[in-house]
Amino acid sequence: MLSFVLRRLGVMALTMLCLTLVVFFLVNLEPNLKKLAISQLDMRSSSEQLESWLQKNGYRENFFVRYGQWLGVVQKQPNVDPGTGRAVPRFSYCNEPAEPRYSGILQGDFGCSTKFKVPVASKLFPALGATGILMFWVMMVMVPVSLLIGVLAGMREGSRTDRTLSVASIATTATPEYVSGVIFAVIFASWLGWLNGSAATATREGISFYNFTLPVMTMAVYGIGYIARMTRASMVEVMTQQYIRTARLKGLGFGAVVVKHALRNALIAPFTVIMLQFPWLLTGVVIVEVMFRYQGFGFTLVEAASNNDIDLLLGCSLVSVFVVLSTQLISDVGYAYLNPRIRVQ
Amino acid sequence: MQIEYLGAFGIILGVLARFWPVWVGLAIVLVLSLRFKKKLGLYGQLFDTGVGVAGVMICLFWLFTAIFASTVAPFNPLAQFPVMKNVLPGAIEPQTGEAFLFGADRLARDVFSRMVFGSQIVLIIAPAATLFALMVGTTLGLPAGYYGGRVDSILSFLANLVLAFPVILLFYLLVTPGIRETPIPQWMAGVFFIFPIIFFSTLFYTRYRSRPGLLAVQLALTLLIGGWVYLGLVFNADPFGLIAISPNQLNIFVAVVFASSPGVFRIVRGLVMDIKTRDYVAAAQTRGESPWYIMLWEVLPNARGPLIVDVCLRIGYTTILLGTLGYFGLGLAPESPDWGTGIKESSRLLRAYVHPALPPVFALMSFVLGLNLLADALREQSLKD
Repeated sequence: MLSFVLRRLGVMALTMLCLTLVVFFLVNLEPNLKKLAISQLDMRSSSEQLESWLQKNGYRENFFVRYGQWLGVVQKQPNVDPGTGRAVPRFSYCNEPAEPRYSGILQGDFGCSTKFKVPVASKLFPALGATGILMFWVMMVMVPVSLLIGVLAGMREGSRTDRTLSVASIATTATPEYVSGVIFAVIFASWLGWLNGSAATATREGISFYNFTLPVMTMAVYGIGYIARMTRASMVEVMTQQYIRTARLKGLGFGAVVVKHALRNALIAPFTVIMLQFPWLLTGVVIVEVMFRYQGFGFTLVEAASNNDIDLLLGCSLVSVFVVLSTQLISDVGYAYLNPRIRVQ
Repeated sequence: MQIEYLGAFGIILGVLARFWPVWVGLAIVLVLSLRFKKKLGLYGQLFDTGVGVAGVMICLFWLFTAIFASTVAPFNPLAQFPVMKNVLPGAIEPQTGEAFLFGADRLARDVFSRMVFGSQIVLIIAPAATLFALMVGTTLGLPAGYYGGRVDSILSFLANLVLAFPVILLFYLLVTPGIRETPIPQWMAGVFFIFPIIFFSTLFYTRYRSRPGLLAVQLALTLLIGGWVYLGLVFNADPFGLIAISPNQLNIFVAVVFASSPGVFRIVRGLVMDIKTRDYVAAAQTRGESPWYIMLWEVLPNARGPLIVDVCLRIGYTTILLGTLGYFGLGLAPESPDWGTGIKESSRLLRAYVHPALPPVFALMSFVLGLNLLADALREQSLKD
């Protein structure tokens, strides 16, 4: 088991290395560097000015040297002021020291955000915290509701409850966040006026039922259908097992059989499904945070991507890839732990 | 100028009347399908359940809408009528006397016509991109599952690499105006679009190797048609000028294929690993058949059930992806009538006007729902056999 986890961690590190290299390549394409230079200077700058800005801030160095600098295995060099010949910090607003140093991801330095003009770490981690709160409430709503629907539907296969709930779960899987978000905002914010159609106040004044229900509901709905269907399938399978029939034949009530015998075995499969939902939830986070103007991870990612904020975007991809891969690992290990029939070789 | 309005009843009647070619088409298909149900195999069995009928009808509804879009829609989706800005549903356009059945958006365009024409964009890109992803995923998944070992490790690592990326980040990196200035979309298209040609060439070669006459005809046809489409799509150099794709559509197309082929790869690989332990595969191996013959003619036909279900679900998923692209304003032109762009445009103004948001929302939802119901019915039927 230990060697399995270690090997997976090794593959994880390799995957992250490859992916950051790809992202690094894509954000450093010529048109993207132009876009960055224009956003840092202004629209009327001549192409010589743009070029000299890129030159000055080290964007014209060798690709692999710069990737190494970001990673922390090559020294970052300060800018040299052409007038005085003295070393000056690259980005003064990030308090970068004016001396050559190893300072990259491996040293815990995420770099400097050119869009927000702060170090990436001081922008990224508060945003992750805000998204963590959102995710927590989404999970609190999504997991119990979907497990309940799945168990109720799978308890008696083919019954009217089963068919109604199944069609309802298919309907929610056909409703992506940008669709359900609009529908909920129309119903609850525009017509009924019960809830706030924007979560912008949640960042400043803290979350409340009034400003946070719509984002949570919108994100939960899309996941509910999928998890409920997986739970149903697993429940249906468990209900046909011999030991369920035995329990029924020895005179146990239907409710007791479901709760005591079926439920535990039926919940193993949904566990992995819930864990593997995280990559999709990340996309959902982006849509919901943009739609309801909640300043979390997704909002930061969109800002970083549309302004080609290289360090911030790399930080975002690193975090999201890390989340995806570690949830995959947890789901594999947890599955083996929950289900004694599966042993990891 | 005073604008006249239709009542609620008038709007419903008007919408039903505008869709007349669709109703005619649906009626013909329904009657023919029920008449020849017994002979239609899996498709005929779909009509046994309510879910199946609903799925088929919703999908066909949007298919016919896309085909007859220019008849169904009263106005040009891009035409602006300044007097009609933000009018409510049912307003009558004074010059033509036609009603804006679902009202007008903030740029004074007919929401109903935009929804109808939006179906064309979705119904061309989503199924086509899914089919390409299917080809790529199958061609790579078959050897990965069949040989295992190093081939499998390398291909699975690559697939997991793509799957570890959140889709939205992938789109933000791959679908930008900047990247269209570089040859990257062309390279990717060049790689992906060669797979169908490889697939069909291998398919015919492994089966008809002993009959050179037939094989030559099949290979020539594959290379001719495949090469023609390839030239048109990748180099935009179709000698007949029939197949052309604009750079931003190619960009979207390639990104969607890229994002969904690892999923197909995983499914095909899993199916092959299961099927290759069967007796008929062992029999073929004993006969001395070549590995690719076994993969393409023994394993693949037996994996078709789950694959058909997956294709249905995946077209729906691709539709959602296209909507996401539109919602973030990536790739598609800002005035494009597709549903995602429509939702983006109108969702910002929900406080003021609700009506332009609802038609694209329900269109997208119903189409994906139809595909999901279809997939569910197909799964039920294939489990019965």
